[in-house]
Amino acid sequence: MINASLKQLSQALAAKKISSFELTQLFLDRISRLNPALNAFVTVDAEKSLNSARAADARIAAGTAGLLTGIPIAQKDIFCAEGWRTTCGSKMLANFVSPYDATVIRKMESEAGLVSLGKTNMDEFAMGSSNETSFFGPVRNPWDQARVPGGSSGGSAAAVAARLAPAATGTDTGGSIRQPAALCNLTGLKPTYGVVSRYGMIAFASSLDQGGPMAASAEDCALLLNTMAGFDERDSTSLDRPVEDYARDLEKPLSGLRIGLPKEFFGEGCNAEVMAAVRSAIAEYEELGATTVEVSLPNSHLSVPAYYVIAPAEASSNLSRFDGVRYGYRAPDYGSLDDMYMKSRAQGFGEEVKRRIMIGAYVLSHGYYDAYYLQAQRIRRLIANDFVEAFKQCDVIMGPTSPTTAFKLGEKAADPVQMYLSDIYTIAVNLAGLPGMSVPCGFVGGLPVGLQLIGNYFAEAQLLNVAHRYQQATDWHQRRPTGIE
Amino acid sequence: MLRLGGAVEKTFMIPYNAFHFKTLCTAIKSLGTMSLTLEQVKRIAHLARIEVSESEALSTQGHLNGIFQLIEQMQAVDTTGVEPMAHAQDLSQRLRADLVTEADHRAAYQAVAPETEASLYLVPKVIE
Repeated sequence: MINASLKQLSQALAAKKISSFELTQLFLDRISRLNPALNAFVTVDAEKSLNSARAADARIAAGTAGLLTGIPIAQKDIFCAEGWRTTCGSKMLANFVSPYDATVIRKMESEAGLVSLGKTNMDEFAMGSSNETSFFGPVRNPWDQARVPGGSSGGSAAAVAARLAPAATGTDTGGSIRQPAALCNLTGLKPTYGVVSRYGMIAFASSLDQGGPMAASAEDCALLLNTMAGFDERDSTSLDRPVEDYARDLEKPLSGLRIGLPKEFFGEGCNAEVMAAVRSAIAEYEELGATTVEVSLPNSHLSVPAYYVIAPAEASSNLSRFDGVRYGYRAPDYGSLDDMYMKSRAQGFGEEVKRRIMIGAYVLSHGYYDAYYLQAQRIRRLIANDFVEAFKQCDVIMGPTSPTTAFKLGEKAADPVQMYLSDIYTIAVNLAGLPGMSVPCGFVGGLPVGLQLIGNYFAEAQLLNVAHRYQQATDWHQRRPTGIE
Repeated sequence: MLRLGGAVEKTFMIPYNAFHFKTLCTAIKSLGTMSLTLEQVKRIAHLARIEVSESEALSTQGHLNGIFQLIEQMQAVDTTGVEPMAHAQDLSQRLRADLVTEADHRAAYQAVAPETEASLYLVPKVIE
């Protein structure tokens, strides 16, 4: 049961082979047994989860259940959930119990009837690529506990990889769904910007942040995206588009699919064995009837520098709300109002968050705004235009998700720039606002490798199709780490 | 709302006076070799309303300079005539009807506040 797909779980629940209560209890037991070593969850509330499971069972009994009603899920602790402690991985919110639900939580719990198992660990305010910036300590990768699970959705990734949950939510500002999915052998999808509501999703960089599913397969991701996506008037950047069934094209054959291979993603900078795994995945696609064409993203090398201006600029503005007045941490001792702000923020934020707020304050300040912020936004346009050109020649773009497999805990923690470069293949997708996925495509030294798929705007159903057909031909995504029985 | 000193307010004015263009060019050119001084780091921390000790300022200085070295790669690119891209979708802000849509949640929202009294948020005295 712990390795079952969402569809199988749905069938088991519908056939009354298991109740949601039993299923939820099964995963809660696994969490209490395996989480102390992994630190994937920061908050578990068994009673709350079991109450939701009882409600789901009532819906199933009454015949009003949806496809995913009663299936347990892990929620990244960036999503506000009413009555749940919602920390965003920060001391600033360590005691914050949300008075309201994020739209994603409302849609998944209240509407679809999914059962939240708890809140997963993450890099503080989603700023990190290894889950080491969390106030609640690092998460360990179930494939090798001396290594990081990636970040910022590291807790969600480790939870699903160790089967502490059948699936999880994540968010992706610069790679935070795709990179941990790659490092933990999961399938993760970052939708087109504006497809999933950001309401109640604690803001990091508002023009880049996007929520999405992390699961064992593309099929699971499609079913989850069906519950997460949709117009929300409470998010001013939510797109008012017709409702889609993201699973509608899963089975479509791939013959005639044109795969674009950006020469910039296949040059230096990527570990050779990782690259070999990616190339053999592409060969598999050719077997499935796809053709490849070389494309170019000539400005992609500028994505990391531009991102580290734009994201911190937006973060410095977004995180100004944490002032110790209305919610969150307030320093115990202070003098003036200004002193209260300065001490509350100094004590409530961790090092990486403070660094990014300061970069943001600097690049937005008078005299540097043009040279940094506007220049970064102009480069963002060049990067987005590169994709427009590339998609004239192909249907989907492929390459590595991450230049390496999971690195060791502490290996990059002291050098922010080295850490930033681990997102070198994922960031451009956020800057352009495109949908992207990571799909398991092999192992190097026992550690998973992810293949990145990048689609055109609103091509989620196609990406899921492309990932699903590959997963029918391969079994990489079905491999599980040892020691989680 | 916390106001980040004067810096953030100024960003929404017409950026940089053309009359200062020469100054801008000199500033950018020197950036390649220039590093943030300790004083600048402290000034930024103050703008961001984050208290830093002397030793924190020093380690932050090292990290920020490393990051700015990475960012400097942007300066080699000629972006003349390129429209800045502020958002992933070039859409204008949606407007809604001017109607009350939310119920009163004051009690729930203030329950998570550090200090309130008579429905007001309490902070240190600002005006004597």
